[in-house]
Amino acid sequence: MLNYYLTIVLAPLAAAVIAGLFGRQIGRAGSHWLTILAVGTSCALSVLVLRAMFWDGAVSENISLYTWAATDGLHMEVGFLVDRLTALMMVVVTFVSLMVHVYTIGYMHDDPGYQRFFSYISLFTFAMLMLVMSNNFLQLFFGWEAVGLVSYLLIGFWFKRESAILANLKAFLVNRVGDFGFILGIAGVVMFTGSLDYATVFSSADNVAVQTIEVLPGSAWNAMTVICILLFIGAMGKSAQAPLHVWLPDSMEGPTPISALIHAATMVTAGIFMVARMSPLFELSETALAVVVTIGAITAFFMGLLGIVQNDIKRVVAYSTLSQLGYMTVALGASAYSAAIFHLMTHAFFKALLFLAAGSVIIAMHHEQDIRKMGGLRKYMPITYWTALVGSLALIGFPGSSGFFSKDLLIEAVRESHWQGQGAVYWIAYLSVLLGVFVTALYSFRMFFLVFHGNERMDADTKSHLHETPWVVTGPLILLAIPSALIGWFTAGPVLFEGYFDDAIVVAPAHDVLAHIGSHVWHGSLALVQHIYVSPAFWLAASGTFVAWFLYLRRPDIPATIEAKMSGLHQLLVNKYYFDDLYIKGFAFCGRSFGRFLWLKGDELIIDGILVNGTANTVGKLAGVMRQLQTGYLYTYAFAMIIGLTALLSWLIWFR
Amino acid sequence: MGMLLHTVLFYTFATILIGAALGVVFSRNPVHAIMFLVLAFFQSAMLWMLAEAEFLAIVLVLVYVGAVMVLFLFVVMMLDINVEAVRKGLDRYAPLGIAVALLMAFELVQLIWLRGSAEFGSGGFVPYPEDYNNTKALGSVLYTEHVYAFEIAAVILLLAIVAAITLTMRKRPGLKVQNIAQQVAVRAKDRLRIVKMDAEKKP
Amino acid sequence: MIGLQHYLVVSAMLFVLSIAGIMLNRRNLILMLMCIELMLLAVNFNFVAFSRHLGDDTGQVFVFFILTVAAAEAAIGLAILVTLFRNRRTIDVREMNEMKG
Repeated sequence: MLNYYLTIVLAPLAAAVIAGLFGRQIGRAGSHWLTILAVGTSCALSVLVLRAMFWDGAVSENISLYTWAATDGLHMEVGFLVDRLTALMMVVVTFVSLMVHVYTIGYMHDDPGYQRFFSYISLFTFAMLMLVMSNNFLQLFFGWEAVGLVSYLLIGFWFKRESAILANLKAFLVNRVGDFGFILGIAGVVMFTGSLDYATVFSSADNVAVQTIEVLPGSAWNAMTVICILLFIGAMGKSAQAPLHVWLPDSMEGPTPISALIHAATMVTAGIFMVARMSPLFELSETALAVVVTIGAITAFFMGLLGIVQNDIKRVVAYSTLSQLGYMTVALGASAYSAAIFHLMTHAFFKALLFLAAGSVIIAMHHEQDIRKMGGLRKYMPITYWTALVGSLALIGFPGSSGFFSKDLLIEAVRESHWQGQGAVYWIAYLSVLLGVFVTALYSFRMFFLVFHGNERMDADTKSHLHETPWVVTGPLILLAIPSALIGWFTAGPVLFEGYFDDAIVVAPAHDVLAHIGSHVWHGSLALVQHIYVSPAFWLAASGTFVAWFLYLRRPDIPATIEAKMSGLHQLLVNKYYFDDLYIKGFAFCGRSFGRFLWLKGDELIIDGILVNGTANTVGKLAGVMRQLQTGYLYTYAFAMIIGLTALLSWLIWFR
Repeated sequence: MGMLLHTVLFYTFATILIGAALGVVFSRNPVHAIMFLVLAFFQSAMLWMLAEAEFLAIVLVLVYVGAVMVLFLFVVMMLDINVEAVRKGLDRYAPLGIAVALLMAFELVQLIWLRGSAEFGSGGFVPYPEDYNNTKALGSVLYTEHVYAFEIAAVILLLAIVAAITLTMRKRPGLKVQNIAQQVAVRAKDRLRIVKMDAEKKP
Repeated sequence: MIGLQHYLVVSAMLFVLSIAGIMLNRRNLILMLMCIELMLLAVNFNFVAFSRHLGDDTGQVFVFFILTVAAAEAAIGLAILVTLFRNRRTIDVREMNEMKG
């Protein structure tokens, strides 16, 4: 199997290197065939690995390939840990990536940076695979940072646009904040366990959980809580949890395939995956889990609200991603790691589908992204219409779709997580995810109705060119629509309740809500769909869809009225809760002011003025005085020698 | 008697020596200065004789007076120095020079006379035995213990010769000198050209 | 009784005189060189006196080497002086101000 793993990881890397460095030589077609072939190979092999795990019962493998460095008992290795969690992630990553590769042929058809783009997305795949297949923290961090780097390159792919440059800078800086926490967390792991290897760290986790650390003098904190919260800060950056979410909507500046890749399969799932991978650590700190739940709940509900007021088709989808990531995080915090990963998987399919459908619309609309200028696209783009419908239904959790199983069971898990106590945390989490369903349905179908139904609001020129997109675009849509619609039926049971994850995810017995649901509620997929009417989530989703239909198709005049009536709330939402203002005018401004102060006072005045130039000036002045001694006359030197001799003699005689 | 004579001779020679040194420092004519210097060296040699350092006394006369001083004299006479322009009154550094010299003299005397007497005692040098040969004694250590230093001294003298010649040699235009390296490195084809031609002219 | 101290005093006087000579004769490089010779003679006096006082011939060997080096120094110094005079037509030390960095 080792050869499989190596091929899975290295094929995209090799393709990325060749397409990136020799793109000109192999040409446009050469580069897309090469990268698609490489990612396709990875995908096929990942499926084989998953099959071996799932059906043939292969055990997980922990292979250390290469010791990169060894210092004082700390081994920095490159290795693979392939268990069921990893196998599932590998398939999701490579499959979505493959779809995005194919789709890119159509979307980026006329772009001059064609080869570069293929190189980047292959590199992205490589980075994400390194992240998920790692068996130690260092390699995890490598993948983590590599994903961040490539996302930076991709968001700023159209580097001539100022907004793209700002967006990628923002993504990079916000991720830095998270990574700061993450690397501190890794440092904490090394400090308490002396190892980077997952297996070693997990086996000594119990030992760490009883130790304390003084973060602030005088307050002893549980070491495991500190480590977990720090690691989760890293996850907040990568998985765009409030308040580190601000980069994700702006990442829409990149080409649409990238949005799909970032939002569905790579990058943002890294944080969720990481927390699930670290479940043996997080299980030992209920405080950390409470933090995770709270952050996730806030993100899930409030970011969803923002989706309602957005008019850019991609931004609506982006805010829905934020909201869905919040759901996953809540599940993680409720110790329902399997539910989080399951939602991650289904979300990967339907969110990639939605993004690619949005991209398809954008192609058809000649890169017009404002949904107020669309409408009635249904009859021009049937394939896009139906696949987008499937995606939207999956997103809102229409009974039977993949999103239904994952989201409904996730909410159920949160409801059952009584071990948190019935306190504020529990209710925040439960109400957020429940109300979030209504919000999700509202913004999803608002966008859907505005784009595909209603009046045709585009201008005549665009209208005359409207037609369905080519097969390289619709093909991936169809291929993604199938799992989005169906995958929940036959995976929900095994993944959530029948112990698919085996030893890959550790849940403390007291926290194990999924086991509780499995034994009391779960009676198979069909039974869940049949008993849909008892689920509050279903009714909330249905009412959300109805409200969207009523407001945006039936009575399009009402939204404007509401907007006018509640202008304060509307402004709050349009301005994204003023987070950007806080960061730009608050932190960034303070940082810049501080930097300017250091520059003018510290650097220019003290270092340059006093230390550097001051030294030079002092030396110069002193030399100006001293040069009077250096007359160049021979006799002055002779005098100096004699006077020195006399002085030495005097010292010897009188002062010694 | 011997002791008294010895003392009288010492003071005589020392007085002449100091006088000669004063002459060196204050004489206006360089040639006179060199003559005073020669006198000073002679007197020193005499004083060293009194101290039974005969070899060095002879060497001082032979090497210094015979060679170095002659060299000085030669240079002074060769260079056409404007004597009057050279020596014209004391200059502004003279007070400083004299002050430093006096300070140093004071210190040295204090050192030698006041502190030295306690440590050195006031007795004279211990006379050498009858069969002592100063030259032989010096030679026996010079060629054994100090043989490396001796060799180095020889090299320094060689260096001085080479340096003095190199510094003073002038390349005058029109001077005909051999270039040995060029002569040795010459090849037949540089000087000789072989021309192929028929033995006789064709009719 | 003529002993070490007498010789040392003579030597000190010679030395101080030669220093005064260097200070006073700023106009003539040859005189400076001569004063240096005188100074070396004073040093040699010390060596000879101490050699006799301590009964160790090494001091006299040292004088021998100093004489050698002094001869070499005089030769080179005079050679430099000759070159200098050739180039500048003067040996006035006050005009020699080219030893600047």
